[in-house]
Amino acid sequence: MNEKRIAAVRAHSLHKHFGEGATQIEVLRGVNFDALQGELTFLVGPSGCGKTTLISVIAGLLNSSGGEVKVFNQNIEKFSGTERILFRRKNLGFVYQQYNLLPALTAAENAAVPLLAAGVRHREAIDRAKSVLEKLGMGKRLDTLPNKLSGGEQQRVALARALVHEPRLILCDEPTAALDHATGESVMQLLAENAVHPDRAVIVVTHDSRVFHHADAIAHMDDGRIVKTESHNGDGIEIPELGETVPVLAW
Amino acid sequence: MNFIALKMLTGDRAKYLGLIFTIAFCTFLLENQTSIFAGILKRTGSQIADVTDAEIWVMDPKTEYFEQTKALKDTDLTRVRGVEGVQWAVNLFKGSPVARTQNGKFAVSICLGLDDATLTGAPRKMLLGSWERLGEPDSVVIDKAGYILLFPGEPLELGRTLELNDHKVTIVGISDPPAPFLSFPVMHTRYSEAINFVGRERTQLSYVLVKGQPDVDPLELCRRIEAQTGLRARTSQQFQWDCIVYYLKNTGIPVNFGITITIAVIVGVVVAGQTFYLFTVENLKQFGAIKAIGVTNWRLIGMILLQAFTVGAIGFSLGTGMAAEFFNFFDRQIATRGLILMWQNVALTAACMVFVMILASILSLRRVLVLEPAMVFRG
Repeated sequence: MNEKRIAAVRAHSLHKHFGEGATQIEVLRGVNFDALQGELTFLVGPSGCGKTTLISVIAGLLNSSGGEVKVFNQNIEKFSGTERILFRRKNLGFVYQQYNLLPALTAAENAAVPLLAAGVRHREAIDRAKSVLEKLGMGKRLDTLPNKLSGGEQQRVALARALVHEPRLILCDEPTAALDHATGESVMQLLAENAVHPDRAVIVVTHDSRVFHHADAIAHMDDGRIVKTESHNGDGIEIPELGETVPVLAW
Repeated sequence: MNFIALKMLTGDRAKYLGLIFTIAFCTFLLENQTSIFAGILKRTGSQIADVTDAEIWVMDPKTEYFEQTKALKDTDLTRVRGVEGVQWAVNLFKGSPVARTQNGKFAVSICLGLDDATLTGAPRKMLLGSWERLGEPDSVVIDKAGYILLFPGEPLELGRTLELNDHKVTIVGISDPPAPFLSFPVMHTRYSEAINFVGRERTQLSYVLVKGQPDVDPLELCRRIEAQTGLRARTSQQFQWDCIVYYLKNTGIPVNFGITITIAVIVGVVVAGQTFYLFTVENLKQFGAIKAIGVTNWRLIGMILLQAFTVGAIGFSLGTGMAAEFFNFFDRQIATRGLILMWQNVALTAACMVFVMILASILSLRRVLVLEPAMVFRG
C-alpha cells in the first residue's frame, strides 16, 4: 500500500433488531464493514439480507442495537437528534431506488433541496443545482417536473441532489433497480464519474450484478452479516488503519 | 424551505383547490348561519333600536318583550316625568291593527303612535315624503316593505289611502326602518290617531319613552323610575336584549339554528381538518425524504404551519368574500333586508377556522414528527 487510505465508514460488530420478544427479528448480526474515501463501495446481497438497514444505520436514520459505527471517525449515534440532522445535512447525500423527488418541484429545484435545507439563498441554490444538473447531462430539463422525466432522468436529478452540497459520503439504495440495463449503466457511469472523489466515499446498495464492474470494492452480505469483501482487483480487501481524520462537525 | 412548503402545497392543483374550497365553504356556512341567526334575533328589537331619541323605555312590570304590551295608565306618564333626573318623557302607543287597501288587500300591521307634540320615535330614514307631515290629520308613514306588501307591483307613491279600523288614512311618507321580526307593515302615526286604529280599551298607553338629563346615568335613572312608579324601566339596549332572550327562551329558533350551526361547525371541523390532515399524510414520503436530507423537526413544523396558514387564510378570505356577497345581495331583498354579515360572526368563524387548522396541523405534525426517515429507503 503506497498511501494511507482513510476509512469514511467503519462498522464493527454491528447489530440491529426490530421488535421485541417472540416477534424480534435480527436483521444485522455483527456486521463488520468499511468504506474508504475515494472509492465506490458496493454492498451486495440477496433481498432481505440487511443491506438497506445497514446503510440506514450508517446514515443515522436508524439506531443500532449493538456494536459501533463510525462515519468519518465519529460515532453519530452519540450525537443529539439535532447534531445528527446537521451532520447528515452537511456530510451525507442520498440516492434512492424510487428517486423520492418532490413532484411539485422542477428538476433544478429538487436538486437544490439540500442547499435550501442548509439555508443557502434560493437563487444561489438553484444556480448551483443547475450547474450540477448540466454536468449530469440534464441541462435541457432543468425546469421540468419529475412526472415529465423518464426514470433515468429522475435518477440523474436524484444524483444531482445527492451531489449538490458536496457531501463526504453518498449512500445509494438500489439506484438502478427501477431502470432498464442501458439506463442503469448510464446512471452508474455518471455516479462513478461525478460522485467518486478523493475526499468522498460512495456506498451503493445493489443486487444488480451487471453494474458490479464499476465498484472499487464489493462487500457481500447475507443473512445480516458481511460474508465476503473484494477489492477492485478481485482480492480480499485490505482493511486499512484509520488515517488522519478531519473534524466534520464544523457547521 | 418556505418555498418548498408552498410548492408542495400548490403543486397538486386539484388537492390544493379542494382544500381551499373546503375551507371557503365551511367559512361561508358558518358565517352565513351565525349571521342569519344573529340578524333574525336582532330583528326582535328593531322597533326599539329605531327610536333613537329616547334612551329609556318604561312599561308594565310584566312586559318581557316589545310585542307583549299591557297598557299603562295615562297618569303613569306624569309619574315618570316626576322622577328626578328625567329630562323629558313622552307616550308611545303600539298596536296591531289590520290595514286594508281599496283593492281589498290587507295585512296585520305594527302601528306606532307617537307623541303628538314631539313625534318622538318617528322614523329617521325616509325614502319618500317626510315624517313631519304626521302632523296632518289621518296621516301615516308606512315602511317600504309594508307598502310593497299592500301595493304589490306598484311604484312608491304618496297620497295613497289605507283603511285602519274603519278609519281612512293617507300615506304621507314611506320609511325604511329596520325590518321587524315578523313581516308586518310598520306604520307610524300620531298617538291620538293611533289609539283609534285598534279596538278601544280603557287605557291605551303602551310605553313611556324617556330621555334622562345629561348628567344622569341611564341605568341609575331606570332604578329610580322603577322605585318611584313600580313600573319596569329598561334602557334601549337592555330592552333589545330582553326581546332576544325572550325569543331564545320561548321559541324554537335557537334549537333550529343551534342544530344547523352545530352541524356547520362539525362539518367545518371534520371536513376542513380531515382534508388538510390527509393532504399531509399523503405527502409523508416527501416529508420523509426532506427529513432524511437533514431538515430539522422545527423546520418541518414551520413548513406544515405555513401550509395550514396559507390554505386557511385563502380559504377563509374566499369564504368571507362569498358570505359578504351573499348578504350584500340579500340585504337588497325586501324579505331579508337588514340581515348582514356582522364582524362578530366573522371573528367567531375566524377563531373556529384557526382552531380547525391548528387541530389538523397538530394531528398532521404528530405523523410527520414520529416519521422514521429511514422509510425513504423502502421502495
